[in-house]
Amino acid sequence: MELLTEIEPQIAAGTLTLDSRTPSGPIEKAWDKTKFEMKLVNPANKRKYTVIVVGSGLAGGSAAATMAELGYNVKCFCFQDSPRRAHSIAAQGGINAAKNYQNDGDSVYRLFYDTVKGGDFRAREANVYRLAQISVNIIDQCVAQGVPFAREYGGTLSNRSFGGAQVSRTFYARGQTGQQLLLGAYQALERQVDQGRVTMFPRHEMLDLVVIDGKARGIITRDLVTGAIESHVADAVVLGTGGYGNVYFLSTNAKGSNCTAIWRAYKRGAAFGNPCFTQIHPTCIPVSGDYQSKLTLMSESLRNDGRIWVPLNKGDKRKPGEIPESERDYYLERRYPSFGNLVPRDVASRNAKAVCDEGRGVGESGLGVYLDFGDAIKRLGQKTIEERYGNLFEMYARITDENPYKVPMRIYPAIHYTMGGLWVDYQLQSTIPGLFVIGEANFSDHGANRLGASALMQGLSDGYFVIPYTIGNYLASNKLEKVESTHEEFRAAQDGVAEKTRRLLDTKGTRTVDSFHRELGKIMWDDCGMSRTAAGLQDAIGRIRKLREEYWRDVKVLGSGKEINQSLEKAGRVADFFELGELMCIDALHRAESCGGHFREEYQTPDGEAKRDDDNFSYVAAWQYNGDGSPLLNKEPLTFDYVHPSQRSYK
Amino acid sequence: MRLTFHIWRQPNRTSSGKMVRYESSNFNPDMSMLEALDVLNEELILRNEDPITFEHDCREGICGSCGFMINGLAHGPLPKTTVCQLTLRHFRDGEELFLEPWRAKAFPVLRDLMVDRSAFDRIISSGGYISVPAGSACDGNDILVPKPYSDRAMDAAACIGCGACVAACPNASASLFTGAKVSHLGLLPQGQPERNQRALRMVAQMNAEGFGQCTNIGECEAVCPKGIRLEVISRMNGDFIKASWSNRGQQSVSDGV
Ligand SMILES: Cc1cc2nc3c(=O)[nH]c(=O)nc-3n(C[C@H](O)[C@H](O)[C@H](O)COP(=O)(O)OP(=O)(O)OC[C@H]3O[C@@H](n4cnc5c(N)ncnc54)[C@H](O)[C@@H]3O)c2cc1C
Ligand code: FES
Repeated sequence: MELLTEIEPQIAAGTLTLDSRTPSGPIEKAWDKTKFEMKLVNPANKRKYTVIVVGSGLAGGSAAATMAELGYNVKCFCFQDSPRRAHSIAAQGGINAAKNYQNDGDSVYRLFYDTVKGGDFRAREANVYRLAQISVNIIDQCVAQGVPFAREYGGTLSNRSFGGAQVSRTFYARGQTGQQLLLGAYQALERQVDQGRVTMFPRHEMLDLVVIDGKARGIITRDLVTGAIESHVADAVVLGTGGYGNVYFLSTNAKGSNCTAIWRAYKRGAAFGNPCFTQIHPTCIPVSGDYQSKLTLMSESLRNDGRIWVPLNKGDKRKPGEIPESERDYYLERRYPSFGNLVPRDVASRNAKAVCDEGRGVGESGLGVYLDFGDAIKRLGQKTIEERYGNLFEMYARITDENPYKVPMRIYPAIHYTMGGLWVDYQLQSTIPGLFVIGEANFSDHGANRLGASALMQGLSDGYFVIPYTIGNYLASNKLEKVESTHEEFRAAQDGVAEKTRRLLDTKGTRTVDSFHRELGKIMWDDCGMSRTAAGLQDAIGRIRKLREEYWRDVKVLGSGKEINQSLEKAGRVADFFELGELMCIDALHRAESCGGHFREEYQTPDGEAKRDDDNFSYVAAWQYNGDGSPLLNKEPLTFDYVHPSQRSYK
Repeated sequence: MRLTFHIWRQPNRTSSGKMVRYESSNFNPDMSMLEALDVLNEELILRNEDPITFEHDCREGICGSCGFMINGLAHGPLPKTTVCQLTLRHFRDGEELFLEPWRAKAFPVLRDLMVDRSAFDRIISSGGYISVPAGSACDGNDILVPKPYSDRAMDAAACIGCGACVAACPNASASLFTGAKVSHLGLLPQGQPERNQRALRMVAQMNAEGFGQCTNIGECEAVCPKGIRLEVISRMNGDFIKASWSNRGQQSVSDGV
């Protein structure tokens, strides 16, 4: 308890005015009204503006391509060797859209409603409504680009239902939806490269944001091949740098996914919204050993046909096939008869943890539950199951050496997505004018829990259909002085980056970057993961601070800064994860309620569901940097005029 | 589990490289090949030796970042498997493994097992797209696509751009990669308007990058982790020939005017 006194007085009120710029009037008209009221840039002038886009995933790639199509001069950055490798490529399951092609009662309003409710009433209504509206245009755009979505024999587009939805509104391309959508955006981007309107900077990592006269005017990057630290000037900067799930070391994210871009922007004055809202995905392959480098997701679409169960009795070590029906507990079907295995992710994950904590988990570690296709194979035949999930079954077999057509899969929850991110207004602008944030990197649309198949939708909505308008409005409404890369702010930022790099190399300690990262990840998972307590979080904050201090004293990074140096790249990212991890714990500690993926053990209903406290916490926590360790809290109150907050029930 | 690695070490693009031997017993059959390199790298760092540079990101076989030769085979011995998904249980305890980067004129080595594959991006940039600016699309169901076409387009679109096809080809040809994109877009109604130009420009770019000619050896298909079929090369060749003819036709029309 001592630590509480150490932290609580430090949570002082922030000094930012958070104007969400949410339009007034009926929500159905909000986006049209905003678009109409926006200032426009004369087509002939667009090429005179340079826009930097950091990130080439669904959000960044689509934004860069679209702004170039409009005529802006775009510079796009990614740390991989090609924009096509952004982490979006790994998305499997699908993308939602309110097309109602299946005639099953879907509508823009229903998608809006489901998303607000799924997010446990912690998202901004107007943003979510716009997302649902735009969802239909995304599908049209992607089809036109040649994305080979699944189709019916008649040639129409196919749909399936996906975690947490009772209508079939998910579009998919086998188990590779993210790949196909990203290739669509990448191809559009490469077309603009061909036309000379996008300059692509692959193998470049953004290491700082440059703010001049209160406006974002450029970035500092490191060329990952030559090590050169460079300044890039622009009229506006857009970050589409993805999520920060790798703060937990083990997650379903790609190894390179990191928080550095948004973290450096935070330290330059951009508020960070709801950092503790992270999503734990219920269907991942369980951890198998301490060498493990990442966790593999098994698409949630599997829950459409797979049934989740554990043995009824504790410590039942029989093989799954030897456990009779009567001694199995299909706990989701039992507890949530109307949604069954399709309850939202947070609910499914928590229940898996609960049955494992009771000692009923399966597999060697006891941290696993069965996902059983036995019934589905009997009902539909192996061929149909193969058609639906063939590549996922193959992947599972490859990793575990078990045949999921014969024995049930073992799954366990893992860190998957971060709903938190830089705070943005309705126009996707952060608290720094001229700095826009899109895709998973912002906090905006998913509240405290994201529904399946809605991240791809958000990334593409932001990139193809929102930012191209709002960036024009910004450029047309602001007079921007000409700035050179020799400006003192650029020089200072460049020196700062060089200094930090030097420090990491000069520490010459005894522990590797990965060993620190693993230890940080374990603290985060144990105390700021699937369930959280005040005591655990306080303790975690203390341990993170100590470990960070040790990091800067004892980390061992070989080589130099003037060459390809993957340890150095990791070292910079982990340094930022330490600071972000601490902020996540502070946020989780201050939010004395449970909502969506944020489950505080102290706040639950008698039957163990998350218990929100709308009177005290119906707001976005937008943290403001104030030197290390004492962030300031700004609050954006949330109002719900359409979907009225209720206890979520999936019973 | 004990393994002996011989790994190509080359500090940068311009210096020469050599094979270096490493041995360790800290492996485990459930590890992936990349996790084995992680383990080895941790050991190297603690011994003050430079860790091995290798490209990777998703570690799920989908981003196409990873890839190197294992005992002369692109992505190693297991069919349809990238090195990030290749577990050590497919090797014997005590086995000796030779890891080398992709070798091709168009893929210069940047460091150790990492090569420069930007030529692939330039091939896509030269025509591997459908020109449809955001906002100009019709309803998704306005143009029906017969399922068999859409399925075959998806088969071709599954390419992850890893470069194994080039590395395995004795001519270092990029025909499987380029053919996959030409086929993916050419099989769909949306891809028809630009079909000729696409084939002409992409093939020209592929040649300009210094990739070799395809002589129908088929090694590319054998190593492709995504099972892209040789037929994509015939489709590309077909499109290229047709386009060359109709291009000539167009030219003579305009010449006559
Ligand atoms: C395994 C998996 C499966 C998923 N499946 C689904 C699904 O079925 N449906 C769904 O809706 N969502 C899914 N998601 C979530 C979804 O894929 C992501 O939220 C989304 O793709 C993020 O897109 P993005 O464009 O915001 O970021 P990313 O795709 O992560 O792109 C980030 C970009 O930023 C660049 N970058 C980052 N930092 C820097 C820096 N400092 N300097 C320069 N460049 C930088 C990277 O190079 C990259 O280009 C899944 C996620 C995972 C992990
Ligand atoms: S690391 Fe992505 S395919 Fe291997």
